[in-house]
Amino acid sequence: MIAETALAALWLAAALSLLQLLFGIAALRPGGSDVAPAMRPVAVAQAALVGLAFLLLIQLFLRTDLSVALVAANSHSAKPWLYKFAGAWGNHEGSMLLWVTVLAGAGAAVALFERRLPERTLIATLAAQAAIGLGFYAFLLFASNPFDRLFPAPAEGNGLNPLLQDPGLAFHPPTLYFGYVGISIAFSFAVGALVTRDVGPAFARAMRPWVLGAWIFLTLGITAGSYWAYYELGWGGWWFWDPVENASLMPWLAATALLHSVTVLATRDGLRAWTVMLAVVAFSMSMIGTFLVRSGILTSVHSFAVDPQRGAFILVLLVLYIGGALALFGLRVGTVREGSTFEPVSREGALVVNNLLLSAILGIVMVGTLYPLLIEALSGEKLSVGPPYFNSVSGPLALLLVAVMAAGPLLRWRRDRIGAMARRLAVPLGLTALTLAALLVLFPAIGLLPLLGLVLAFGVGAASLAPLWKRNLRRTPLFVWGMVISHLGIAVSLAGMASEAAFTRETLVAAPIGETVSVGPYRVRFDGVEPLAGPNWSAIQARFTARRGDGSPFVLRPQARTFHSPPTETSEAAIATRLDGQLYTVIGKQDEKGRWQLRLWWKPFVTLIWLGGGLVALGGLLALLGRVRRRRAAREDEA
Amino acid sequence: MRKVLLFLPLALFAAVVLAFAFRLYAPGDAIIRSRMVGKPMPDFALKPIVPNHPGLAAADLRRGAPRLVNVFGSWCIPCRVEAPQLEALKARGLPIDAIAIRDTSADVAGFLRDHGDPFQRIGDDPTSRVQIAIGSSGVPETFVVDGKGIIRHQHIGEIRPEDVDGIVAAWEAAR
Repeated sequence: MIAETALAALWLAAALSLLQLLFGIAALRPGGSDVAPAMRPVAVAQAALVGLAFLLLIQLFLRTDLSVALVAANSHSAKPWLYKFAGAWGNHEGSMLLWVTVLAGAGAAVALFERRLPERTLIATLAAQAAIGLGFYAFLLFASNPFDRLFPAPAEGNGLNPLLQDPGLAFHPPTLYFGYVGISIAFSFAVGALVTRDVGPAFARAMRPWVLGAWIFLTLGITAGSYWAYYELGWGGWWFWDPVENASLMPWLAATALLHSVTVLATRDGLRAWTVMLAVVAFSMSMIGTFLVRSGILTSVHSFAVDPQRGAFILVLLVLYIGGALALFGLRVGTVREGSTFEPVSREGALVVNNLLLSAILGIVMVGTLYPLLIEALSGEKLSVGPPYFNSVSGPLALLLVAVMAAGPLLRWRRDRIGAMARRLAVPLGLTALTLAALLVLFPAIGLLPLLGLVLAFGVGAASLAPLWKRNLRRTPLFVWGMVISHLGIAVSLAGMASEAAFTRETLVAAPIGETVSVGPYRVRFDGVEPLAGPNWSAIQARFTARRGDGSPFVLRPQARTFHSPPTETSEAAIATRLDGQLYTVIGKQDEKGRWQLRLWWKPFVTLIWLGGGLVALGGLLALLGRVRRRRAAREDEA
Repeated sequence: MRKVLLFLPLALFAAVVLAFAFRLYAPGDAIIRSRMVGKPMPDFALKPIVPNHPGLAAADLRRGAPRLVNVFGSWCIPCRVEAPQLEALKARGLPIDAIAIRDTSADVAGFLRDHGDPFQRIGDDPTSRVQIAIGSSGVPETFVVDGKGIIRHQHIGEIRPEDVDGIVAAWEAAR
């Protein structure tokens, strides 16, 4: 019965989204209609129903109800509790249900909390959100029903991909989806504003907290996903330029650009058309990413079983939504009045450069992701685009972007002088020069990109604190703190990336038991291996005793796991985290002479990458709190 | 001019959609052709893994007549699926040698007992070293090698009943 109840809830939610769309159209017609007040409750009810369907799916997975096809195909009764729970979205149908749940939840949040947007724009926004929902409900119900029954029910399920059997699965997809799908609000806001031709500072101020909210989750989701891949895949890398990583990076780049341009629109009433464009692009990137992964036209670790029909279905939705929004943009934005203008050397000018660079990086990532597809469509030749392209093309632009980031917050709105800016930047510039000199003396063999990365990280780290200079820290608004911390986070993350690239030490050896191997500052003794039985796997576990100089020794236990259902081998790295980096150890296979393959890395300051990501998200959170608080204060003043 | 420019994003998007649609309806085959086809077998000499079959060396594949070389493992499920097709190829007169990947003597003997034994020679490749050298990235794979030891065809994945004629044809062509 659970599956049938859930399916009924899903159908009802779909019907409500249709109702929400029709109400919206009726309310926006000339002369209007009295259904407008019903929009908000309908949006909330729709989210409650799809939320119920999602909770029931989790319930089915927790019970391992094998009469449900999805559970039988992706779960197993012997799986630990956490993976039964998170397994609900570790598959195509379940993750699409999570997708629409977040979509409907975002719409309901707007319906509940948005009080600033002019009523007509709000109605158009909710109608747009309902229109997106409708298509994805249809996709679920007609092409990816998570609640299909299987008769007769099998005695046991197929199990979950062992790579996904990790606590990361419980956090990474939901967090990422909150951001990835939550950015749909910006899209709907943009469509709403285009429909009512109401693009201005009030619209920007209303949209900004929603963009911030989605962006915080997106930042956290990408950071968490990067760390998960780093420790789970056992390759010691933290970013692989996998098509799906790119699919999450592209909305983030667009949302980051949007976050900055919306500030120009809110504060100075500039960049009107551009901001609307970015709002459309950000969520379009999410939808294209979903399509790329789910249609199977690009292969990646994130692909589930693929089906061209599903791909065709999503492609039709893409054409309807993105095509529709871009057509509306072309038709309407010409009638949006030009905003105010500004001098090139000004806060706005720096933000425009920020936007251009972010868009250029977005373009580079997109070309790299789609290029193999285009080439194969045109010439039939197969190729893949790897890290060398992405790193060498987007790296320099990203460094330039970071450099602009140092100067931007120190510039005045509307107009500034280069000389004045240089004086404000004197201390960070001095520090940059000092770092450059120190690095060149200490590490003459360092590569160019890592060198620039480290130098900029120090300079920009200092410059990002400069807006607090000579300010009363207790009276500094929270959103200024947010900006400072986010920018500092970027510098911290950059320092981690550059340090990892420049200073990582790697040792790959075939070692007999008892041998001592050195990697970086550590000496690691290979004490032996022992078998180990887990809940649904068995493993060979190695024991390493690592020691740094005369420090006290500590033990690391990497495993090579074999899962029974489905039969797969995975490698569980053992990682020791120190203040100045991580010792990363992996045990491989045994060779015919009884030696074991050991892979050891010393990665100085690698943790800064994710610490920086966390700081960026924390800065976003502070900015969001600051904006919401100020908004509430403004409302109380009016009252 | 500005009007046209405003529709530029739509035009770009349309181009991307066309590429997607093309790829969706004319999916490129995902098989990567071996670069080893047309090249001689690299030199190797593998010890026997079971007592009743001799081991396999590259020299055994240069004796004038084309042969099949099947890369398999007793631990590999698709290898069991293709066993009847290998029997069928043997029945049609094709000589078949094999390379056992990361396997043990007892397991291979059990595999041959349970799933049939179409092989003449079986080489033991415990570390996949030879497998990688001949351009095979997984099991099962089947190579057609002509009488001079040159690889003429590489079949990736299990041989399904509908693949048998194609492999016989490739073997005929290698004569």
